[in-house]
Amino acid sequence: MKLVNQHTKNIMEGCKERAQEAGLQFDQESLEYIVTNSDLIELQPKVMIPTMYDFWVNDIEIIQGKEKYKVFPHNPYETVINSRPAISFYNDNNPDWLNVMIFYHVLAHIDFFQNNLLFSNTWNEDFVGKALADKRQVAFLRTKHGRWVDYVIEFSRSIDNLVGFFPALNEKTAPAIGADMAGYYFNIFCQEKLKLNAHIVFKQIEEHNKLISNNPQVGNVLFFNNIIKKHPEFELEFKKHIEHNKSNKLDTIEFIRDNSPFLNKEENKWMKTIVNIVRESSVYFSPQIRTKIINEGWASFWHDKLFRMDDRINGNEIQYAKINASVTSINRAGLNPYAIGLRLIQEVEELGNRGMLSHEFERITNINDRANFNTNQSKGLDAIFHLRKHFSDFTLINAFVNQDFVSKHNLMVIGKRQNEEKNITEYYVKSKKAGDYKNMLLDSLYHPPYIYVDEIKTNDKCLYLIHEFEGKQLLKSHIKSTMMGIAFLWGGNVELITQEIRLNKSDGTKWNKKVIYTYKNKKLTKEEL
Amino acid sequence: MKEGQKKNIDHLDGDKSYLRIEELFLNNASESSYVSLQTLDELMARDNQREEDGFERKIKLGKIIKPSKNGSDEIIIVPSTIETKFYHDNAPNSEEEEFGGTGTEEEGTVIGEKSNKTENEDGSGKGPGDGGEEGHDLNSDAYNLGKVLTEYFNLPKLKKKGMKKSISQYNYELTDTNRGFGQLIDKKQTIKRIIKTNILLDNIPDKTKPDLSSLIHSPQDTIYKILSREVSYETEAIVFFVRDYSGSMQGYPSEAVLTQHLFLYSWLMYHYDKRVKTRFILHDTQAIEVEDFNTYYRSNVAGGTKIFPAFELVNTIIENEQLHLSKNIYVFYGSDGDDWKDNKNNLVGEIKRLSKYANRIGIFVARNSGNDNPTSLESTIEESNILSELNETLKITQINSRDFTENQIIESIKLFLTV
Repeated sequence: MKLVNQHTKNIMEGCKERAQEAGLQFDQESLEYIVTNSDLIELQPKVMIPTMYDFWVNDIEIIQGKEKYKVFPHNPYETVINSRPAISFYNDNNPDWLNVMIFYHVLAHIDFFQNNLLFSNTWNEDFVGKALADKRQVAFLRTKHGRWVDYVIEFSRSIDNLVGFFPALNEKTAPAIGADMAGYYFNIFCQEKLKLNAHIVFKQIEEHNKLISNNPQVGNVLFFNNIIKKHPEFELEFKKHIEHNKSNKLDTIEFIRDNSPFLNKEENKWMKTIVNIVRESSVYFSPQIRTKIINEGWASFWHDKLFRMDDRINGNEIQYAKINASVTSINRAGLNPYAIGLRLIQEVEELGNRGMLSHEFERITNINDRANFNTNQSKGLDAIFHLRKHFSDFTLINAFVNQDFVSKHNLMVIGKRQNEEKNITEYYVKSKKAGDYKNMLLDSLYHPPYIYVDEIKTNDKCLYLIHEFEGKQLLKSHIKSTMMGIAFLWGGNVELITQEIRLNKSDGTKWNKKVIYTYKNKKLTKEEL
Repeated sequence: MKEGQKKNIDHLDGDKSYLRIEELFLNNASESSYVSLQTLDELMARDNQREEDGFERKIKLGKIIKPSKNGSDEIIIVPSTIETKFYHDNAPNSEEEEFGGTGTEEEGTVIGEKSNKTENEDGSGKGPGDGGEEGHDLNSDAYNLGKVLTEYFNLPKLKKKGMKKSISQYNYELTDTNRGFGQLIDKKQTIKRIIKTNILLDNIPDKTKPDLSSLIHSPQDTIYKILSREVSYETEAIVFFVRDYSGSMQGYPSEAVLTQHLFLYSWLMYHYDKRVKTRFILHDTQAIEVEDFNTYYRSNVAGGTKIFPAFELVNTIIENEQLHLSKNIYVFYGSDGDDWKDNKNNLVGEIKRLSKYANRIGIFVARNSGNDNPTSLESTIEESNILSELNETLKITQINSRDFTENQIIESIKLFLTV
């Protein structure tokens, strides 16, 4: 692995200037590395973070990757990671014009990482440096605890998809009401416990503000001393409220880390470090998995726009068109996130340009008026910059995949079925309806099950987990070994309440059945509830 | 420990508590700092350790299929593992897959088809086909597979017969002697030599009781042992793979039998360090010997079944070539268990004849019926009582071929290899 040469770096800097002029925003510093095929194979299991901790599963993937590469030699043009500074990796053999295209693509990714709100919790840290510290810590623990470090990594990773990514994000963008004493008193205690009328509450707020402006240092304390005199239960209620909200914020993996009787034993406390490293890595990658389609669409949109405006690449348009088409064409069969993401962003740009993202347009019911609607506002770019800031794959697909979009691009859901007569597998057009296509897309998105701890039933001997059923049952083949890992970390039994979909084969009807899985004494049992 | 890794650890308590990213990458340009890769052997040893620690094994065998235009696709065996987590099951009851695409066809139009037969032949493992002239380089991949499988099996007692001079392997032992210098003093020979010299010098007046303190010791009289290259001997094995290729075997039974035979072959090849020879025999009502695994794998006929000619052919080959004198012989037979009833005595006779030569005969029945009733082959063996008579040599195992797993195959091989 080596830094790109000065000539290539100059091309990159030129791309940065043009991209910033066009409106993209990113830190000025970036690092570009040339990597070999072997480097890429070795980096992929570590999600391209060179400093990620070592783990034997990665080694298996590397052995596999090397064999696969022999059979199907294939490399990405680039890979970029969300670090500070942003780091991107390239193959060695690209001509300059291709590098221009790739650099624009990379810069749009960096712009997305640094501006999309789902990434906001990654903005103040450099994960590459943090991962290096974690890697050293893991290596150090391995010298002390040997293979048990790897067991703890394995079992922690088996629940690393249960991290509370959205609650953490929400906490940042919308802090909870009642987190401080005054907030709790006026918003919750007065209204819900004392059931005071609004005008009395306003009066008290006024009093509180006056006290604080007169006595900036002790005003708050004076006010609440009076309150506690009047309502001795207030202090306890507030503590209870904070305590309750705090425990609600813990995700499953955090709950186990903080409350497991096994991990809390003095000799096992080192395991908490590992659980935390695994959890934080998972949280870090969470926004990326949830923005694959929109991020690739965004990058493809900008590499196309900026490349075609770039005066440095005159004469290479045909070669560019060929590569661009291979990257962004909609597959005849199969899902290409670049293609769908790009088409959706172009769609939103067009809607914005024609002023169709407005109440005015929404109120029109006449089909012809709708078809011909155009305010010529040219707000397309604003609209897609709004997407880039606020949207994820789910929201993008959910909001903009409609029948117009599906029909415009001839999109369809392809089904696969057996034709027993001819002894063949047939691929057929299953549906061209927007609803079906949207569901197919949404089903392909990352969406881990929501599983949380039942804190009331949980005790030192048994951890109770509840799966919030969202119409999909859990993959049965993984339940046993996942629960085994959790049982290890808890140091006791584990119970999981979930639902299963049952099918009546004769008439095709389906119904859900509540079941409870129990992992006890190294055995998994299932009972219907 | 790799240099890069060592450096990282050194920094843990070192005074230089941070490393700039550029430094980190650039310092290790020649040797990657981001991997401290474990070898397959180390990974397998780790997997072994898991069982001792009370956890299930995690490393499984994965296949990569290398497609080829002439139909002789190559199967590459790689280790694989799955990190289990709670996941949603997108289609628990539906057998129909769906995915996106684009096109102008109406709903319901078939836009593509794929022959199921071709799918079977392309190496995805659904059994033998009927074509393919090209050979298939099984050896190097099978060797790796065998290495993996070694973790699962232990060898049954082996006869040390047919020791053959190796042309490639030598042992170095301290068997040669040299005067004056060498690796290890041979005290007995040295004292003899000193006494001989002293007798010649007439330095031992009392020849019955020499005075050791007055002996003259020349450096040339010290005898040393030195390293000598010795020829090493190796045992050799021959494995007969025999299978039924009649009409009833098509599909699942063949897949089960061939998977087992591939695993066995791979493991034996590893164990004997590639000094294992193979013979392949197919039968329906008659037995034929085929040249290579590829033909063995792909051949398929529609016909009735007589098992005994297969064993008869194996016996004839062994006797004609006198293989039993120089080689450990293994015979593995796979079938769906169908046999013509009137051949019982012939079959039992041939198995008994073979048991005199073979170290192990493993019979594998991949039941096709889906029920638990014994097949005619199993009944024949049961009734003839040869299983207890030849319990040292003969092993039989059966599975239901419709829903067999890799683990069942491994268990069946373990049974074949029990001492």
